[in-house]
Amino acid sequence: MDTKAALKKYSWLEEYRWKLVSKDKDEFTKKVAEDYSGGYFMHILPGAEISFPLQSCLMITEKNLEQRVHNIIIAEEGSKAHIITSCVQHSSVPKAAHLGISEIYVKNNAMLNFTMIHQWSEDTLVRPRSATQVDDRATFVSNYVCMRPVRDVQMYPVAYCNGEDSRVSFNSILYGQKNSQLDIGSKAVLSGKGSKAEMVSRAIAREGSKMIIRGMIEGNNSECKGHLECRGLLMDDESLMQSIPELIARKKGVEITHEAAVGKISEKEITYLMTRRLSRDQAVSLIIRGFMDVSILGLPEALNAEIKNIVNTSANAE
Amino acid sequence: MEMLEVKDLSVKVEGKLILKDMNFSLKEGVSHILFGPNGSGKTTLISTLMGLPGYEVVSGKILFRGIDITNKGVDERAKLGMIVSFQNPPEITGVKLGDLLKLCLSKGETDEFSTEETKRIEAFRLTSFLNRDTNVGFSGGERKRSEILQLIFLKPKLLLLDEPDSGVDVESLRMIAIEIQNYIESSGSSALIITHKGDILEYVKAEYGCILLEGQFHCFTDPMRIYDDIKRVGYEECVACRRRKPEGWKTEQTK
Repeated sequence: MDTKAALKKYSWLEEYRWKLVSKDKDEFTKKVAEDYSGGYFMHILPGAEISFPLQSCLMITEKNLEQRVHNIIIAEEGSKAHIITSCVQHSSVPKAAHLGISEIYVKNNAMLNFTMIHQWSEDTLVRPRSATQVDDRATFVSNYVCMRPVRDVQMYPVAYCNGEDSRVSFNSILYGQKNSQLDIGSKAVLSGKGSKAEMVSRAIAREGSKMIIRGMIEGNNSECKGHLECRGLLMDDESLMQSIPELIARKKGVEITHEAAVGKISEKEITYLMTRRLSRDQAVSLIIRGFMDVSILGLPEALNAEIKNIVNTSANAE
Repeated sequence: MEMLEVKDLSVKVEGKLILKDMNFSLKEGVSHILFGPNGSGKTTLISTLMGLPGYEVVSGKILFRGIDITNKGVDERAKLGMIVSFQNPPEITGVKLGDLLKLCLSKGETDEFSTEETKRIEAFRLTSFLNRDTNVGFSGGERKRSEILQLIFLKPKLLLLDEPDSGVDVESLRMIAIEIQNYIESSGSSALIITHKGDILEYVKAEYGCILLEGQFHCFTDPMRIYDDIKRVGYEECVACRRRKPEGWKTEQTK
């Protein structure tokens, strides 16, 4: 339901608002704090299992609109859910901005798989600000898929793994084209005993797009583990791909690692596929589609197929 | 008609002349075994025939079933019916072996394998690999099995096999070799097989063998005899002895 309506109905909800994201974080959070148009509130009740995805959709239909939303998701103890949010823009709306605050709570033993698919227009400014709290033995999977050109996205969601044996994974599939500027990162703060973080990014940059892929894992507990992986493909000389992994260890038992590889498609792989009767273009397209491997998102079969479809359509459209 | 004719072929790799004025031809429906020490140019020859990048033809011509393919692309040669199995195929992250096999069979991504095809995959012990990225984390033997299965699914007229038997356990070798022989026999295709070992000769029926040394072919004769001689006296000695006919496969085959 709408966040504004939910706040009226449930007085306790106020306690979850502006708790994970600070109002004063930056100019964008300040703007949303001043005034916002709404957003969604999702409450997954204790023990509930939602095998069908919850769909939420934010759509911009007016020109020059600066959409400001505040979303709150609470996954109660022992619940299990897949949420897919698509943010889209009506094709007749060329210029807009989207400022979105999301605060997500994953309580004890809960599992939340949150997939965000962005399809903006070429002239949109996007500034999501999200934070998640992960409690004891809870799992939070955050997926981000961005396949269409966009003017400028900058986001850096944070997960606080405070709970014992809490888990977070951040996965992103990014396709930068037509001068898109993407500065995408994620941060995991591992404070709980036995907490774990995994970050996987696959990025393709072409047609003058500039992509910065960040990732930070902060280990504050001697029994935490984290791994960060970034693979980027650069398709031309006009684009830029920058990988910035950061690992911070504050306790001596902390085990965090990263691997990053940025470069062009291997000529050897293309040739190999050509010996299997594929043309050069077919080979490149197959490698790109494979590179954008949606199975990293950990989605159920049906959703996997759907997202694979979106990714393939975009990759083939070139 | 010859399956393949090579005329005065010289090839450079990174500016260095590796193959010098080679002349030979391969007949239809015949398997040929190519021996040679490491670095003698065997892989260069197969790579050049297939048109892989990095192998520069400085002179000469390659004709495949009468068509001049010297300047044709890799995919064009593959479509004409030449298929290579690599000694060290690359890992292709994200491209599932199952999808690649479907492409080899000209199937769409959503098409299913036929019962016959499923059995074949099972026989190659690759069923559990269908959902895995091609060659990623495959052992030597698994890679070879995957290469040969792709090749059989592609139904080539000419098989270019670069050491199909290296790094393969005895049981897999037997299976691979029998499958290759069955395919060659049933399809009437030709093969050029690079090997270091004689084991494969127990299953693949090849009448012709030769040694590639210093960019030239030597000793055209029964591959088993060549293999025995190499084991006994080594490549150099084997080539130095000129008891055998030096004319080449072409004359041997036409006599």
